[in-house]
Amino acid sequence: MLHYANPQNFLNLARRLTPWFFGAGIAMIAVGTYLGLVIAPPDYQQGDAFRIIYVHVPAAWMSLFVYGSMAVASASAFIFKHPLGDVAAKAAAPAGAVFTALALATGMLWGKPMWGTWWVWDGRLTSELILLFIYIAYIALWDAIDEPTRAARMARILCLVGAINVPIIHFSVEWWQTLHQGVTVFRTDGPQMPASMLTPLLIMALGYTVFFVGLLFVRMRTEILARRLRTLRLNIEGAFA
Amino acid sequence: MRAFTALLLRDIVLSLRSGGGAWLGAGFFVLIIALAPLGLGPEPALLKSAAPGLIWIAALLATLLGLERVIEPDLQDGTLDLLRMSALPLEFVVLAKVLAHWLTNGLVICVLAPLVSPMLFVDAKALWVVAASLLLGTPGLSFIGTAGAAVSAGVRRGGVLLALIVLPLNIPALIFGAGAINAVQHGSDPRQALLLLAAFSLIAAVVASLAAAAALRLNED
Amino acid sequence: MSFFDMGGYAAYVWPAYILSALALTVLGIRSWRALRRVERLVALSENPEKQT
Repeated sequence: MLHYANPQNFLNLARRLTPWFFGAGIAMIAVGTYLGLVIAPPDYQQGDAFRIIYVHVPAAWMSLFVYGSMAVASASAFIFKHPLGDVAAKAAAPAGAVFTALALATGMLWGKPMWGTWWVWDGRLTSELILLFIYIAYIALWDAIDEPTRAARMARILCLVGAINVPIIHFSVEWWQTLHQGVTVFRTDGPQMPASMLTPLLIMALGYTVFFVGLLFVRMRTEILARRLRTLRLNIEGAFA
Repeated sequence: MRAFTALLLRDIVLSLRSGGGAWLGAGFFVLIIALAPLGLGPEPALLKSAAPGLIWIAALLATLLGLERVIEPDLQDGTLDLLRMSALPLEFVVLAKVLAHWLTNGLVICVLAPLVSPMLFVDAKALWVVAASLLLGTPGLSFIGTAGAAVSAGVRRGGVLLALIVLPLNIPALIFGAGAINAVQHGSDPRQALLLLAAFSLIAAVVASLAAAAALRLNED
Repeated sequence: MSFFDMGGYAAYVWPAYILSALALTVLGIRSWRALRRVERLVALSENPEKQT
């Protein structure tokens, strides 16, 4: 395991694994889409509109999973002073923001036929929206600081503060919901679904996760090489100075 | 302890002297409250029901003011390097800075809010909840805000970034604070919301002082 | 034909799937292109003579 903490060894490993993760992820998403759109029976209450679940719930799951991964990566960078953790967190953030935006967009597309409006201040949608703001702030902090080491350190701290705050925000939003009743939340709890509906959901969620890992490898390789390029250029400029 | 007091006094004096100081945040707070009827209309029932949210949104925005001047000048003029080398732990440096910001910003808002709330037709018997919620919540806002300022110090035009970082993290204070005033306006017990607000401020105090101290320690090239 | 109709919910189901597919595809392609670009630049910087 420690072997791959070396950026060069990690690059080699990631280069070999990337196509497999992309391939497996895309295949699973394709199978899940087929099962979800064609094989799964329509819901007895929501009809075919419930099929949006197969793109909504995996995106929502990823929005949390990616932030969790970023927090773990930032914490390990903080504790072990290892740059690979910062690279992973930075590379994951835009993907996480896209998943969060997708969860919001598909949630709205689901809400329109079910609630009759595009937007409801439902606990989950609201938390998801706030999470999107936190992703944007994290990405903006990286962009705002020119010097990579300093940017990495500050982003690490922000990511961890956000990770502690996200559950608190979620709790406060839930509390706020009980205060202003009247919004019906659709049930997306898995267990009471029949297997023909649940299986595609699990395959999709797994497919999204595997696809994300492939994406993460590509983005981390980009980031590591970009840093190498930066040092190379600084050396060249130094040689001519 | 003497170093702590000296730093606290220095920061208070600096913030009072620089461009309006404490009155900037307070003025901004009152301005937002005064703008609300102009946008929403003068209907007392509407303003009264919007008051809890308006007061707390105004508090969230007003505490943003002055945050840029909490860490940034010390980073620019090298004071931060001296503070890093001093015997006073950086967590206490942060504490002094938060306290200075709160005394010149949050506290002033706490005092002013019950005075201007009647303009939004908040009942006299709800005014103590307005004051209490702000007293319990604004320290949390200052803590989170200072952590945001420490993380974004040294960034060009960091003000917008600071708002982008701090506002989402302060949402729980908005919810619990407005919730407390809302509760008392509807005749229910505001104590649960106030307790949650106090809990938020306590957690913010612990997390934000550690985070801000870490940021000050590492904020060097 | 009823498959494309989605029981009357076509206007919601299809955009949700198309949007998801589009977003993930764009994300994948953009990330991949950025990697190709930086790989080329690194190769160029390490062997400047090979420039043609």
